[in-house]
Amino acid sequence: MTKRPIDDVTGTETTGHEWDGIRELDTPMPRWWLITFYITIAWSIVYCVLYPAIPLLKTNTQGTLGYSSRGELDKSLQKAREAQTGLRDKIKSGTLASIMADPQLFSFAKAGGKAAFKVNCVQCHGSGAEGSVGNPNLNDDDWLWGGKLEDIHQTIKHGARYEQDDDTRLSDMPAFGKDELLDKNQIEQVADYVLSLSKGKADASSSGAQIFAEQCASCHGKTGTGDRSVGAPPLNDQIWLYGGDKKTVMESIHNSRKAVMPAWAHRLDAETIKQLAIYVHSLGGGEK
Amino acid sequence: MKHSTIEKNGSILLVLSLLVVTIGGIVEIAPLFYLENTIEKVKGMRPYSPLELMGQNIYKREGCNLCHSQMIRPFKDEVERYGHYSLAAESMYDHPFVWGSKRTGPDLARVGGRYSDEWQREHLIAPRNLVPESVMPGYPFLMQPLKVHDIKAHLIANKTLGVPYTKEQIDNAAVDLVSQANPDSDGAEDVEARYPKALVRDFDGKPETLTEMDALIAYLQVLGTLVDFSTYDAKANLR
Repeated sequence: MTKRPIDDVTGTETTGHEWDGIRELDTPMPRWWLITFYITIAWSIVYCVLYPAIPLLKTNTQGTLGYSSRGELDKSLQKAREAQTGLRDKIKSGTLASIMADPQLFSFAKAGGKAAFKVNCVQCHGSGAEGSVGNPNLNDDDWLWGGKLEDIHQTIKHGARYEQDDDTRLSDMPAFGKDELLDKNQIEQVADYVLSLSKGKADASSSGAQIFAEQCASCHGKTGTGDRSVGAPPLNDQIWLYGGDKKTVMESIHNSRKAVMPAWAHRLDAETIKQLAIYVHSLGGGEK
Repeated sequence: MKHSTIEKNGSILLVLSLLVVTIGGIVEIAPLFYLENTIEKVKGMRPYSPLELMGQNIYKREGCNLCHSQMIRPFKDEVERYGHYSLAAESMYDHPFVWGSKRTGPDLARVGGRYSDEWQREHLIAPRNLVPESVMPGYPFLMQPLKVHDIKAHLIANKTLGVPYTKEQIDNAAVDLVSQANPDSDGAEDVEARYPKALVRDFDGKPETLTEMDALIAYLQVLGTLVDFSTYDAKANLR
């Protein structure tokens, strides 16, 4: 290349182009920029040696540090487990009563139960455990299968109407309309009676009362008090799982309701289930 | 060749740039197709049953993957929330894959079996009835009958892309599609035999019609449940 002209003012080379007397400077790259650039190249070589990088014929180079993202995960899980071992072991080996008796264990169990609840339970029972249509509210003292700690623990462990679990909570209300046990007229009468029961104004001489005594009282109780041993909800209050208007009550009698709760023993470990039971029990409706 | 020569000749610059990009591409992409550790060797993965495949089509049609990922990354918080991290093997029969890249809703890679069919149905029809704070749109129209143009051709197309459908599976695709949502049908047992771990039941609570809801729930309920993790060798598959 021919020698390029030097600009008098700056002392740097020009490109040699000239437009109407204006010449273009060819300022070299700043030194700090070039050095940084060379450092990144050097670092990339070091990085390729330390970490998994270059594809070969069958597999890639593994790097001298033995790093893998899945291995890192195992380590962080291990660390988290170790940080909790003492308390978790105590929860694992202790009974529900012994956990309740130890304030430190109790608050650990409650916090762990809350976290597990947010992951596994909120989709049906709501983020504040307020429930939704067909999914019971867990804050109140109205329990389908019992509100004692052991009852709640049992329900979480084995679920309700969860076919794959032999110990699941099982109840079988007949579908009075679908299976033609009652005709539409009778269903309406008994629905009326159930609604009057819930308002505390039951008329024992009504025709609905007679049907109720024959068909419903064996599980729901003569005065609609319910029976937790068979999961029959009380009908003498204003708490409704599916809705307390006449149409919904008639639908419930016609089709019966068979909501399923999964058995969590198959998914969660024993400690987490104990923690969940204690958390749910602590929400407000837990019974002694 | 001097650098200024390359800069001054457009054609040479173009050819050489292409060469550089090609080398970069080959080095970065090509190894994934032949390296033995790209896809883990696992037990249990099988091609989707015809009904599950139609469900995945609806999943793609409705753009579920725009708000739900199917990729549990190997991080503590994700593994604790969603379950075992996703394996490459678990999406090897997805064409195209539906990993997604954004989580407006939760990850669905292991949603299978997590909720009952009834929950899925109610939630797809009206999400806020079950989760008041949800921003997911309702999909009540999924209760319409499932329209399938030619399920057999669909399986064959997948086979062309490398999904190992057998001749038996392809020949019986149309029957399997209907039978999986009808446990009382003659073909119900065959579906279970041809597609291990396939769930054979009426998914949408409407036994008389095969709906899009049947297909989508059948697909959702099998997500993440196929790999047999009791035989999975985590040590050998560190990546």
